[in-house]
Amino acid sequence: MARLVAGMGTSHVPGVGAAMDNGKTHEDYWVELFKGFEPLRAWHAENTPDVTIVVFNDHATSMSLNHYSTFMMGVGEQFQPADEGWGPRKVPVVEGHPELAWHIVEDLILNEFDMAVTADFDVDHGLTVPLSIAYDQPDAWPTKVIPLCVNVIQYPQPTPLRCFKLGQAIRRAVESFDQDITVGIWGTGGLSHQLGGERAGVVNPDFDKQFLDNLVHDPMANTRLSHTDFIREAGAEGIEMIMWNVMRGALNDSVREAYRFYHIPVSATAYGAIILENE
Amino acid sequence: MDEKRDYDDVPGTYILDSRSYRKGYHLNMFCMSLNKADCRAEFAVDEEAYLAKFPMTDEQRQAVLDRDYILLLQLGANVYYTFKIVSHDRQPPQVMYGKMSSPQMSFEEFQEMMINGGRPIDGNRSKEETDHG
Repeated sequence: MARLVAGMGTSHVPGVGAAMDNGKTHEDYWVELFKGFEPLRAWHAENTPDVTIVVFNDHATSMSLNHYSTFMMGVGEQFQPADEGWGPRKVPVVEGHPELAWHIVEDLILNEFDMAVTADFDVDHGLTVPLSIAYDQPDAWPTKVIPLCVNVIQYPQPTPLRCFKLGQAIRRAVESFDQDITVGIWGTGGLSHQLGGERAGVVNPDFDKQFLDNLVHDPMANTRLSHTDFIREAGAEGIEMIMWNVMRGALNDSVREAYRFYHIPVSATAYGAIILENE
Repeated sequence: MDEKRDYDDVPGTYILDSRSYRKGYHLNMFCMSLNKADCRAEFAVDEEAYLAKFPMTDEQRQAVLDRDYILLLQLGANVYYTFKIVSHDRQPPQVMYGKMSSPQMSFEEFQEMMINGGRPIDGNRSKEETDHG
């Protein structure tokens, strides 16, 4: 049977991808961030699963106001890096795992989690930047990927509790898949940041630290926050952090924190990463 | 669906919800079109002519021409959509963030604020706080 082995949370700031794509990671602005990626990349090199479920959001790239799903799973064979306005990133094509993806979709829907499904979906920085953070610049990504796209842009987003429950349901679905493979799950986005409005640039390290501590020791505390708690305390775009609840819901009650890294700033964002292993 | 929301109290913050969705639909869809290289090329040749193809208000069109990012948000745009304009201009997003800030900041000033730890949350949680803080 498939086993869900570990989770990672990471911000997915587009500037990180641009710095790598344009060879700027040695510049002063980026050095400390990429130094913080080193232990994370070492962990991933040792612990690459067969398939990774990447929980991310589309940023007005492949979805827009005319059609936006709350939860959507990618069941395609491949997903191309998207043109977000400056041409597609020159990173490897993302290879899907349609068999497991369809198994999860069927299991979720039959258990009353109604997923939207897509086979044709170009993936933006929300998905490709976490891959670059974990695996640097390989010729091909070393893990197959199931994209799980969450609406975090258009109010009302799914509740933080619903995201956690989705993770729990994904865990059950993965463990009923009849192949002996390992599966990882990443929650992406955040941490505190606000891009729009007169308050642009607001960050909240205390809130972020509490959120990360809760992920390890008291994950349900992060499900009791409201939309407005996130918007007010973590910035309008900080609400992306609800996607980390999907990841956490898919893990054991008890987890081991293998790595944590926090850095301000990346563009207008507080960068955070955490790796959690099932105990 | 025009009722008040509890996040309306958060200062300097524009949430994409049913109110801004309807107000900014065509403005945002114009921004969205700039994901396509041929649309970007057409916009670059004659911005006014390209904007005329979208059923936006004149005020929205002028705000695009002026790159008046805070006004665009007030007219219903969402920041992920206005990104498409600043990307089209081949400018870093901090240019847009700085222009939206109150008071306005240059790229360098916004960058400096973030390097020094970002805009503090204290004093920026509620309109009551900003008005009396």
